[in-house]
Amino acid sequence: MEKLMHEFLAESVYMGVMLTIGTYCIGIWLKKKTGWTLLNPLLVSIVLSICFLYATGTTYESYSEGASTISYLLTPATVCLAVPLYEQIEHLKRNYHAVTLGIVAGVLSSMLSILGMVLLLGMDHQAYVTLLPKSITTAIGMSVSEELGGNVPVTILVIVLTGITGNIFAEKFLRLIKVKEPIAKGIAIGSASHVIGTSKAMEMGQTEGAMSSLAIVTSGVLTVIMASVFALLA
Amino acid sequence: MRYVIQLFIIICFSFAGELLHRVLPFPIPASIYGIILLFSALELRLLKVEHIREVSTTLIISMPVMFVPPAVGLINTWDNIKNNWPEYLLITFASTFVVMAVAGWTTQRLIQWRRYRRTQKTSKNGKVNA
Repeated sequence: MEKLMHEFLAESVYMGVMLTIGTYCIGIWLKKKTGWTLLNPLLVSIVLSICFLYATGTTYESYSEGASTISYLLTPATVCLAVPLYEQIEHLKRNYHAVTLGIVAGVLSSMLSILGMVLLLGMDHQAYVTLLPKSITTAIGMSVSEELGGNVPVTILVIVLTGITGNIFAEKFLRLIKVKEPIAKGIAIGSASHVIGTSKAMEMGQTEGAMSSLAIVTSGVLTVIMASVFALLA
Repeated sequence: MRYVIQLFIIICFSFAGELLHRVLPFPIPASIYGIILLFSALELRLLKVEHIREVSTTLIISMPVMFVPPAVGLINTWDNIKNNWPEYLLITFASTFVVMAVAGWTTQRLIQWRRYRRTQKTSKNGKVNA
């Protein structure tokens, strides 16, 4: 019986989809019930899915066969970020300098803080270039890391962790450091934690979401240009 | 039927983004080209937001769920940083907060500064008129 169940779980197409959406719903429910920042639906869903795979002995490969159909929607969903951006473009036009300089400052501080900490902790060059693109969206970050000779799977890991960190803590952290302007909030979230953070910015408001989307595109392109210069520094 | 057309339009832009990613030599992903293309189409009035409103809203709202499968896949990567994961974790957390603070503060300061200058200007003009 157990063997049959095992085989079925390994073969099932919808198991992965069901597990992903189901655990996410549990996450939403827990968040609503408790209101705890750490019970973020995304994080809850990831942790519960991993636990389930371990508990049932299902491999990641058979899970992802079904679950990856959900991720196929990621590109169309990201493309749709153009809609709030378009609807909020007046904010950008009116605050062009503030927005541009904010994003540039974000990209510079990202690379400088990584440089500083890598030197301080005595990590090697490969670790440094692996970490450099950590604040930008996965697809751009991967190719930056690859080009500079970084460890690409680790780059993906730190990019996703960065995004989840932003998604979980952005709202509280920005309140703590007294960033109140919706435009500044959006720029901060998009520059620091790319698309995963942006899905949180989207929940915070139209302006936040649009500015966050803008910051993903701009900081991504800026990082491509500046990372090769920064790579020479350590 | 309306939603099918909306989905079709969005998929077309994703496809066009994919095409640009393949043809152009820059390390920019299909989704970023897609954003730029869709934004341009809206700005140039080739397309109205109403043409894709419901489906695009649904996709954006459901976005966090789509990050779950790739994140679960990271259990396979963990071996790569087994030896110095505390360093990686520390840098990842710390620099995320640094960037958020620097980008947020810079933007907010500049917005407030501009607003302050504008109120000064209008009050000056007020005096001149009086």
